[in-house]
Amino acid sequence: MENVAIIGASMTQFGQRDSWVRELLAEAGTACLDDAGVAPDAVEHLYVSNMASGEFEGQTGVPNALAHDLSAVPAYTARIDQTSSSGSAGVYHAWQSVASGSSDMTLLVGGEKMTHKTTAEATDVIASLTHPVEYKQGVTLPSFAGLTARLYLDTYDAPRESLGKVAVKNHKNGVDNPKAQFQKEVDLETVLESPIVADPLRLYDFCPITDGSAALMFCPESVAKEYADDYVLVSGVGGATDTHVVHERADPTTMRGVVESSDQAYEMSGYGPDDIDVAELHDMFTILEFLQSEDLGFFEKGEGWKAVEEGVTDRDGELPINTSGGLKSKGHPLGASGVAQAVEIYEQLQGEAGPRQVDAEVGLTCNVGGFGNCVITTILEQA
Amino acid sequence: MEAYRYSDGSITYPGHDIGPDGSEPVDTVDLSEYTAEVVTWTRSTATPPGVRAPNTLAIVEFDVDGEPVRAIGQVTTEEIEIGDKIRPVYVDELREPGAGIREPESQEWDGYRFEPV
Repeated sequence: MENVAIIGASMTQFGQRDSWVRELLAEAGTACLDDAGVAPDAVEHLYVSNMASGEFEGQTGVPNALAHDLSAVPAYTARIDQTSSSGSAGVYHAWQSVASGSSDMTLLVGGEKMTHKTTAEATDVIASLTHPVEYKQGVTLPSFAGLTARLYLDTYDAPRESLGKVAVKNHKNGVDNPKAQFQKEVDLETVLESPIVADPLRLYDFCPITDGSAALMFCPESVAKEYADDYVLVSGVGGATDTHVVHERADPTTMRGVVESSDQAYEMSGYGPDDIDVAELHDMFTILEFLQSEDLGFFEKGEGWKAVEEGVTDRDGELPINTSGGLKSKGHPLGASGVAQAVEIYEQLQGEAGPRQVDAEVGLTCNVGGFGNCVITTILEQA
Repeated sequence: MEAYRYSDGSITYPGHDIGPDGSEPVDTVDLSEYTAEVVTWTRSTATPPGVRAPNTLAIVEFDVDGEPVRAIGQVTTEEIEIGDKIRPVYVDELREPGAGIREPESQEWDGYRFEPV
């Protein structure tokens, strides 16, 4: 099986955008074709990561629409929906399409248009992924975060402030990301005094609602050499599920999908947690950064909060996490997020991250759908 | 509040066509006849259309003759503590059907809230 390379990357401005989903996807797709130096008619497979364009906007069939808008017809196309992890599920499918020999040039574009809905409406679209026994109780994804955060703090005797420090760190990183929704630092006091959303979590423990799109170009390594001197390799990718009904998990502070998917990605790549130089984690809620950093094997269970307290995960720390600003400050356009995580790692490995640049040869992304219901872990490395 | 018991003795709420280790459902258990202990809880203030605000929710664990089974539900009070004992109390409409995105006919809307004992 030939190595799969990434030869181009792009993302639109994240935030409140006037563009609708088709326009956002086309903007990122066009920029990625330009970045990779690939002609539209060279694209053989075109995947679109998107959770809910029908529910948000009444626009379905977006992959075919994008193929036409990019003049990539007759490329094979499909929509990849795995809720919040649709983006990395797209990475998985794009990798498969090239690794299997089905496609010599695969464009992946993830995107979502959300901000035209009220917070309550957007929260409900996302909560519609829950089981009927959860949905009828008014359970939302933020409420799962509140339930889990309280148990985590209680079980591991972690201070509430440590969660706030995740928000402070990621906002600080976002200041240097011109594509981020928020390019503004917040202090710990602001986080800890912001309005309660799901006790003990407050407004600044949550990512915003966002419009945006991001894209990546995949091809076999032999083809990559025709287009670029420097490119990135997909070293490992793994995907797994956990229970649909969240309360049925024996230990709510462990995300089994993170454990399983990262085990697969580590095995495929030959790398382990100690080999990762930089990581983008799914900090839709601050508590998720602790859970993932532990379940990926970066830190012992119950000790992820200490790493944040000690600055280990700062941009200049031993293991920088969310140099892009994370979902927390960059924003979380559902289907785009996993793609945008890989765009950040791609730029870090290519030395194109500007003021956010860290010293990295191997990077990891972890993209979480639902409340850990579906998880994809991806490991990328410099060619 | 119907839970399924499987051939290996395990119980889940809600029930599934196939049990946790692949065993078949053999019986049902009405959890509303039991009390439970609060595992964790939250008070959600940003609630979707048709949901009360604030919406205090708890994950609780029932002990059904030595077999643990967990459930999630609304709490009758705004605050509660980990370890508190609760009992389920019936409510004919937990949230307003049709106010949110889900098709009203696709599921039931009655159920149980948890009341501190």
